[in-house]
Amino acid sequence: MSEPLLRFLQAARGAGLRISVAEGLDAVKALALVGYDDRALLKDTLALVMAKSAEEKARFDAVFELFFTRQAIAVPATADRAQNPPPDASAEPAMPLAAGSDAAAGAASPLGRMIAASDAAALAAALEIAGEAVGIANIRFFTQAGLYGRRILEQMGLLELEEDIRALGAAGDGEAAAALLRGRQEVERAVRAFVERQLALYAEGEAERLRDEYLQAAAITSLDRRDLDRMRKIVRALAKRLATKHTRVRRRHRRGHLDVRRMLRRSMAYDGILFQTHWKQKKIDRPKVVALCDVSGSVAAVTEFLLLFLYGLSEVLHDTRTYVFCNRMAEVSDILERHSFAEAFATITRDFAFGSSNYGSALDDFRRDGLDAIDSKTTVLILGDARGNNTAPRSDIIKSLSERAKRVIWLNPEFKSSWGTGDSDMPRYRPYCHLATVCNSVKHLETVVNDLLER
Amino acid sequence: MTDKNQTTLDAVEAVIAGLAGAGYIASRQIGTALFLARHLVKPILVEGPAGVGKTELAKAAAAYLALPLIRMQCYEGLDEAKALYEWKYGKQLLYTQILKDKLGQSLRETDGLDAALARLQGFGDLFFSEQFLEARPLLRALQAPAGAVLLVDEVDKSDQEFEAFLLEILSDYQVTIPEIGTIAAQVPPLVILTSNNARNLGDALKRRCLHLHIGFPDAKLEERIVAVRVPDAAPRLRRQLVDFVQRLRGIELKKLPSVSETIDWARVLVLLHASQLEPDLVQETLNVLLKYEEDVAAVSLQVPALTYQVRQRFEPAE
Repeated sequence: MSEPLLRFLQAARGAGLRISVAEGLDAVKALALVGYDDRALLKDTLALVMAKSAEEKARFDAVFELFFTRQAIAVPATADRAQNPPPDASAEPAMPLAAGSDAAAGAASPLGRMIAASDAAALAAALEIAGEAVGIANIRFFTQAGLYGRRILEQMGLLELEEDIRALGAAGDGEAAAALLRGRQEVERAVRAFVERQLALYAEGEAERLRDEYLQAAAITSLDRRDLDRMRKIVRALAKRLATKHTRVRRRHRRGHLDVRRMLRRSMAYDGILFQTHWKQKKIDRPKVVALCDVSGSVAAVTEFLLLFLYGLSEVLHDTRTYVFCNRMAEVSDILERHSFAEAFATITRDFAFGSSNYGSALDDFRRDGLDAIDSKTTVLILGDARGNNTAPRSDIIKSLSERAKRVIWLNPEFKSSWGTGDSDMPRYRPYCHLATVCNSVKHLETVVNDLLER
Repeated sequence: MTDKNQTTLDAVEAVIAGLAGAGYIASRQIGTALFLARHLVKPILVEGPAGVGKTELAKAAAAYLALPLIRMQCYEGLDEAKALYEWKYGKQLLYTQILKDKLGQSLRETDGLDAALARLQGFGDLFFSEQFLEARPLLRALQAPAGAVLLVDEVDKSDQEFEAFLLEILSDYQVTIPEIGTIAAQVPPLVILTSNNARNLGDALKRRCLHLHIGFPDAKLEERIVAVRVPDAAPRLRRQLVDFVQRLRGIELKKLPSVSETIDWARVLVLLHASQLEPDLVQETLNVLLKYEEDVAAVSLQVPALTYQVRQRFEPAE
């Protein structure tokens, strides 16, 4: 396997693409066919082999651009070579220097000669080789950038270059020394840019994974404002993952149980001779979910995530109905379905949220409007802290819910120790829930919903 | 290296030209996919929104390669018996009935049970031979003497079990029939799977395929597509209607109009003898482009403005 491809695979995996060994081998075979010469063809080819979904394609594009982009090093051209400018026009134009033509002769080190000859291509190649030699692909944290930069410079022959500069200075050729010095600065700048690009390429995935892991376990209420965006992505991915996992298997054969009636009916075509077997099947229904979400002031900190989760869920499970309540219950399925989450959330908070909660009246509304939609296949999901400001809890409604529905699940953002303290009505509702549990981090959410869908 | 690369590029161009000859305007990416699929002998999994020409691609590929197209529509509950093979029960039954006397006669000549059994075995697996095998699409594709284009349409609609069952065919181009043995393809068919992403496909399946994502085409490509599919549309009308559809895709709609809708609309406009877009005309034919009541309602308010913009763009002097 060729080295660049190997490193590209590593970079792509770092960016979150899942590329198996088999796919890597496919890439090798495909590359043997198309080669590296045509950039567009190379990109199309690798995208076909490596990126296997729309999201992966987008990530692939980013990695590809980062990996196969090289900025030429703008070495200051010496005066006598000004008619032969560096090939790269996009790099900032270097000021031609009036340096003696003996600069090239005076520089003894390879790096010095390259700078004096303003050989951008050779410099870029030297940079690549040095990068590989110091193992730049192992870079993981931004704190390592300085170290790697230094190592690359040394590998390229910085020390010898400094010798040259000193020697030229001592020999009284100040102009040539100055030219080399400027060249050195350019090279250093190029190395810094190179290391930063590599850092973005190889380390970003790692850092993101670490942060994601931390965020998943962190309590939603204790999150920083700046982590919210990231959190949204995680919750969304979670909803999607769960829904995919649980919508897949919908019918399972039960080998061993003959469906005699159907078999007889089928055999009529063959003169009543039992030819084809027909096995009993067990149908697995798509989960029907009715979610009731508390959006009152007391749970304000978690409302957004709960709603976000429900939004993700309703995107993938078609039979999801979502209600929100403070003291009145209102159905918001339509809002969630029609708008982007940002809009939907704005609408919901504007119209319904942050009042003081009254579980009794809200549940009564639901009994009137929504109870009919609940049958033995429905799972009722209640998200809330069960703090009703000392109003009537109406746990009888939860009881009737629990009789009708397949399951009633209560997710409470408060810790168990505070259930029942103050105005919390949790102990009154709890007997009628199939599951009542704490849910204040993404990890919790995942476990609970996984349970729920597994039936 | 460069020479080889040049021939590769030419080969990709040839594929695109070949598809164009079959009435399918392909982007470079699609051409590359087909080229790689043929040379690496790998299936292509095509994903993308409905109506961008995923199924068309298979048809065009079959026409271009001059191979038969074998199509298998997937649906929930599709199983081996419908996809791969089935025994011709009726024929087996009929034959046993007809041959009953013959069998009885030849068995009567033998003496003793062992001898009869031996003779019976001598008939071989008479009733479980290829003669009684009803080949379904997958088996037909493997048996096609000169190869074939196998289109597994909307594979996301099938069950997970069926997806797993496809794996053997996709990676080794062979199937196992318990009564007969393993049947391997003489010439591996070109397999094209399409998916609308109704559910996420398994990694195992994706790993075995080249993954091609076809999105909405850009204006230039779409104009060429319309030019090929609806040659009667005048260039001015074509430019305007494609530009209009491209603008529609910028609006948030429940279902964005796809290439197939553009083509349908172009046909409708040609039928109505339109030479350019008029607000009234657009308003009346909007239901060709948009398939939801809400979408039509949302867009019809903007129709005059959009039409004006489109016409301004191409006739700034007016």
